[in-house]
Amino acid sequence: MNYDSLLSDKIKSLKPSGIRKFFDIAATMDDVISLSVGEPDFKTPWRVRRSAITSLEKGRTSYTSNSGTLALREAIATYTAKQIGVTYSPVDEILVTVGGSEAIDLAIRALVNLGDEVLIPEPCFVCYSPITEMAGGVPVPLVTREENGFKLTAENLKSKITDKTKALVLPFPNNPTGAVMTESDLLAIAEVLKGTNIAVISDEIYSELTYGGDKHVSIASLPNMRERVVVINGFSKAFAMTGWRLGYALAPKPILSQMLKLHQFAIMCAPTTSQLAAVTALTDCADDVARMVDEYDMRRRLCVQLLADMGLPCFTPGGAFYVFPNITKTGLTSEEFCVRLINEKKVAVVPGSAFGASGEGYVRISYAYSLKHIGEAMKRIAEFVNQ
Amino acid sequence: MNEKLIKLLRQDSRTDPRELASMLGVPESEVTDRIAKLERDGVIRGYTVLIDEERLDRNAVTAQIELKVTPQAENGYDGIAERLCGFPEIAGVQLMSGNCDLLVTMRGSSFRDIAFFVSENLATIDGVMSTRTKIILRRYKEEGVVFGDDDDTDERGKL
Repeated sequence: MNYDSLLSDKIKSLKPSGIRKFFDIAATMDDVISLSVGEPDFKTPWRVRRSAITSLEKGRTSYTSNSGTLALREAIATYTAKQIGVTYSPVDEILVTVGGSEAIDLAIRALVNLGDEVLIPEPCFVCYSPITEMAGGVPVPLVTREENGFKLTAENLKSKITDKTKALVLPFPNNPTGAVMTESDLLAIAEVLKGTNIAVISDEIYSELTYGGDKHVSIASLPNMRERVVVINGFSKAFAMTGWRLGYALAPKPILSQMLKLHQFAIMCAPTTSQLAAVTALTDCADDVARMVDEYDMRRRLCVQLLADMGLPCFTPGGAFYVFPNITKTGLTSEEFCVRLINEKKVAVVPGSAFGASGEGYVRISYAYSLKHIGEAMKRIAEFVNQ
Repeated sequence: MNEKLIKLLRQDSRTDPRELASMLGVPESEVTDRIAKLERDGVIRGYTVLIDEERLDRNAVTAQIELKVTPQAENGYDGIAERLCGFPEIAGVQLMSGNCDLLVTMRGSSFRDIAFFVSENLATIDGVMSTRTKIILRRYKEEGVVFGDDDDTDERGKL
């Protein structure tokens, strides 16, 4: 077979995820301690697991409706109204997906025509650009800067809007920077979008994980914004349910109904067991979430201080579970830093450059690990930086 | 605040006060003041070490001895409990609800040691009606710490 001519040009041109690369190196070495993983170290709350077991005992293993069980969609509607103050109809404005990732894919593919531009704040999670490219669109990075708290500014947004702009991705609270957009930050963005025909894909997967004063605000809650916003959220981060693969999209019916078609053909429905258990997560696990948030917050403050102690400047993150220190004073590139750190001190972290060119000069350190684990890894990083 | 501080100290009482302060989001002086007050008030009674006895000495034995006791008219269980506390061999003395009255924890270098200690020193105390000795065979978890061979149960990135 001539695979080169067999395979799609677009798929061949995609670069594999730069996060995965460091996992794979770490997996081949003994005694590596990792601060690289982007998922909670907590187990899914027991009540949720018990719900899943009960549903399996009862033999509830058939497909659900394409958009998810009505009970789950109703629970999502109630939860969303409480958390971000926006109401969505469980009937035709909520779609349950296989993780937030599927929802992102659906939203981009439902919106993008050939040549359309999608604005993507960077550094950011790795999936928006490749999905845009596969949909025939053109990803346009909006570089966020440490001096602005890695927030998207109205000026930055305005300068990149063209007559081809179709959508803006808003990935806040942000992976990898930990930046959070406040209501006033978002009002400035909304002001730029008002009167345009640009959609917003608001990836709010870390919405429950904010620390300090600034709680998460959804752009969909601002005046006249709801009509253009696809809110994406899920169970992985807030409820420590990564392996259950469950997320959701919230959007006005004209957008959601198109996303639903794609989901019908490609996925059918999100996993039934996960859906049945997820109702318990939304209705019965507020204490578990609060406990996890409290624990992350302690670790976050510890990481920022330990990095400051070793002389690495680090933006104080307001959300998610990463710190994103600036490593330029070591004279190394992000990738050199990470390769040498893993070889010399056996600690795995992820180069900032994996999250877009503007992540160069930074590394992402996850604090979804125990205090003991963080303490040991940070000690080794300090030895590495000081030598 | 004290609740969170104590939780962190229970996890590792050697944590640097500076790190405790940053985790709790308060000045270091507040942490040291609070700890000093907890010590003064007798809430913190000491700082000890968590030992996996099996790894230290495979023959060492830890026993829990349940005592049934006739409470004394003048001071109830306190008189006998105080007398038990006086033995350096005894690590812990607790008044219990349920079937036994006093629970004594002690360590010895062998089964014989413990058995002789109980028959010579505990069973003979006035007011002690019966003793029942239970030997700890294996510790799976103590003070929140799991005592496995393999403490790397993190499957993330490996499944």
